[in-house]
Amino acid sequence: MSLEDASLDIVPGELLAVVGENGAGKSSLMNVLYGLYHPDAGTFLMDGKPVRLRSPRDAIARGIGMVHQHFMLVPTLTVAENVVLGREPTRRGLLDLDRACDEVATTAKRFGFQLDPRARVDTLTVGSQQKVEIVKALHRGAQVLILDEPTAVLTPQESDELAQVMRGLVAQGRTVVLISHKLKEVLGVADRVAVMRRGRTVAEVRAAETTVSALASLMVGEGSRGAALTGVPAPPGAVVSDARDAQAGLAPLDAQDARGGTAASAPGVFDARREAAATAASGPLDAKSEGAGTVASGPPVLDAKDLRAKGDNSRPALQGVSLTVRAGEIVGIAGVDGNGQRELAEVLTGLRALEGGGGTLLGGPLAGLTPALAKARGVGHVPEDRLARAVVKAMTVEENVALGRHRQPPFARGPWVDFKGRRERATRLLATYDVRPPDPTVALQALSGGNQQKVVVARELDADPKLLVVVQPTRGLDIGAVAQVHARLREAKARGAGVVMVSLDLEEVLALSDRVYVLYEGRVTGHFPRKDLDERELGRRMLGAESDHG
Amino acid sequence: MLEVLHSLLFSTLDAAPALVFAALGAMLSERAGVVSVGVEGMMRTGAFCAAVAALAMPTPVAVLVGMGAGAAIAAVHGFLSIRWRSDQVVSGMALNLVAMAGGTFLLESLFGPNGTPAITQLPRWNVPGLSAVPLLGALSGHAAPTYLALTLPFLFHLLLSRTPLGLRLRAVGDKPHAVATLGLSVSALRWGAVLGGGLMAGLGGAVLSTAVLDRFEQHTPAGLGFMALAAMVFGRWTPLGAFAAALFFAFGNALRIGLASSAPWLLDLVPQGFLLALPYLLTLLVLALQGQRGHAPAALGTPYEQESR
Repeated sequence: MSLEDASLDIVPGELLAVVGENGAGKSSLMNVLYGLYHPDAGTFLMDGKPVRLRSPRDAIARGIGMVHQHFMLVPTLTVAENVVLGREPTRRGLLDLDRACDEVATTAKRFGFQLDPRARVDTLTVGSQQKVEIVKALHRGAQVLILDEPTAVLTPQESDELAQVMRGLVAQGRTVVLISHKLKEVLGVADRVAVMRRGRTVAEVRAAETTVSALASLMVGEGSRGAALTGVPAPPGAVVSDARDAQAGLAPLDAQDARGGTAASAPGVFDARREAAATAASGPLDAKSEGAGTVASGPPVLDAKDLRAKGDNSRPALQGVSLTVRAGEIVGIAGVDGNGQRELAEVLTGLRALEGGGGTLLGGPLAGLTPALAKARGVGHVPEDRLARAVVKAMTVEENVALGRHRQPPFARGPWVDFKGRRERATRLLATYDVRPPDPTVALQALSGGNQQKVVVARELDADPKLLVVVQPTRGLDIGAVAQVHARLREAKARGAGVVMVSLDLEEVLALSDRVYVLYEGRVTGHFPRKDLDERELGRRMLGAESDHG
Repeated sequence: MLEVLHSLLFSTLDAAPALVFAALGAMLSERAGVVSVGVEGMMRTGAFCAAVAALAMPTPVAVLVGMGAGAAIAAVHGFLSIRWRSDQVVSGMALNLVAMAGGTFLLESLFGPNGTPAITQLPRWNVPGLSAVPLLGALSGHAAPTYLALTLPFLFHLLLSRTPLGLRLRAVGDKPHAVATLGLSVSALRWGAVLGGGLMAGLGGAVLSTAVLDRFEQHTPAGLGFMALAAMVFGRWTPLGAFAAALFFAFGNALRIGLASSAPWLLDLVPQGFLLALPYLLTLLVLALQGQRGHAPAALGTPYEQESR
């Protein structure tokens, strides 16, 4: 059940933002508007008349276009082929690709996009692919354009550009519906904001008459209002590009309490959520949230030199990456998706063979590392795709907790499974990490994504890793779980582990990292200590800009 | 020497159609994202039904019956893998087993242990004058399927790369969700491709019992369906590539027959089993050299589910 009594008014010629936490039902509501999902009950009126959308075809025919969060592009086809797919121009029954290219170029130009219609989509940057998606919708005559989390994968620069595109569309009389959970962006571009919570629309406000913290409290629930308002309010007119202001304002929402002053307000916000309450109350972790500001001084746990490795497509994915990680620090790896981050994490955990380079990892050579060797030396791993790499979803929670250490006490005694020891350890971990339900005997797949992730984090941290490699640790998690995972990473750091955190979410990187490396096309294009971190400069490096002064 | 080459070419062109049709059929289905391991079973069913039908009706009509039979098996595969989203490899292998056992059972219960009675083969066409030309003359004297097999790959190429339908088929095999969000029906496209693939595989089977042989033989198609799959893979899921690979495998087949008949002394040196296995060894070798399946459609084998990405 993802939608429950949700209503939404869309006024022509405005930019309406729909905000809400992960799982609040934003995307589901939009998929209903686009005819992909069919509501069990309720009505949909267009220009006052009831309309039934049986498929996206109906929605397209009525001038509704949608840009999905995960792009709906066929990577092996060209830009033009993707845009005309389903309404292809033909000449004598054959595809008229020249005309398709002309049409696409015309549409793109009309809206000010630079796109080569003959380029294959998989050769384009993420930002350009998004433009293809927008052109695809406009080419079909979309009057109402729905964008689902469009900035989730963009650099700050690309986000700015997108904001201008959206305002431009509205200026041309089109209607834009923007789905987002990034409130600073929303307030920068939207005319009106609708707030969703647990499948319902709980408020609709004019963007000019609200603040980030007011929206935040609406998103997480009534009870939190007082607490959330103690955060620094963002100026209502804040523009998307004004990163500094917005960060301050956003902090209470995204639990990025690392930034000094706003730390105090974070636990308050989570108090409001029943799920999160336990963490806040359980205390010891939040006490350490005073921030990543301290400079690490431990010995290096990882000293990698000139790492080279191939990607799954056997093209070079790492082309000479060097990095150092010391005990007691969190090192963020920033970059646009697909620039070698995944391969780097796999190299560090022994899952991917090195083609060249090396160095030391926890006192042993990095070359020839295997997963077993990495584990033995004290590497913990929270992979990006937990269902594929971290857990077995059909096994019970306690079995999953034992995975990897299933031959050691307390999970085994000699050659036998130690059922009692395993139960005790799992039960304790579930309580400490606030996993719901705290029942070690249920199948892991019965847990929500956030709770599954907590199980993974609990298991990896329980092994007391000296180097922790985490990839996209909070993707898809709700706000309470995000806060808990972040707190656990800080806890690991405080215990003296070196943490390598790969994240596509720049906010997360900025919030947690002591140092940040930027990867672009398998090379390090930037390395910033915390004091020099600047969102816009990071964004530049993520797009491949090298340092101005060497 | 020229004579040997001529006869090798001739028997290559005689053996090729079954492989070409089946490879094209499998490719059609797989380009739309549905695994086609069931080709062997579709061929067998097509071959059996065509041979039986040819006892009662003109052979060309019987070939159409064989195509329909292949499509019927494909329909079961479509029902299992598109409608019920079952594992496509398992579904295909199950159909192969059903066709294997069913064919044998029906053959023995209807006709006894000697196989179907002989039928009238498809007529062979002699191009006047051409037969006398060295090598090129090997093109003359084949039945209709051979000439069809020499043209269809180009038509399939045109279909896939130059028509709207082809664009949609390619798209649905690589990213079905993109197709669905444009208001096109993923299942309609896949059904079309699977049934079309069944027709082609059925045709490939029918050719075996009406042109290559003159009856349904107990072991038909004896692994040719799998060889067609190999041709599709080796041809990187393209019509012309699959065509070239199928010709290559057919040549291997012809070589086996040619060697056995033109150089009987070879049988003293090499066990006959080795010669029999030659085409299959060739297939294995080629697939091993090809390496990883880098050219397969991205969504191959993945059932389409609307609410997942």
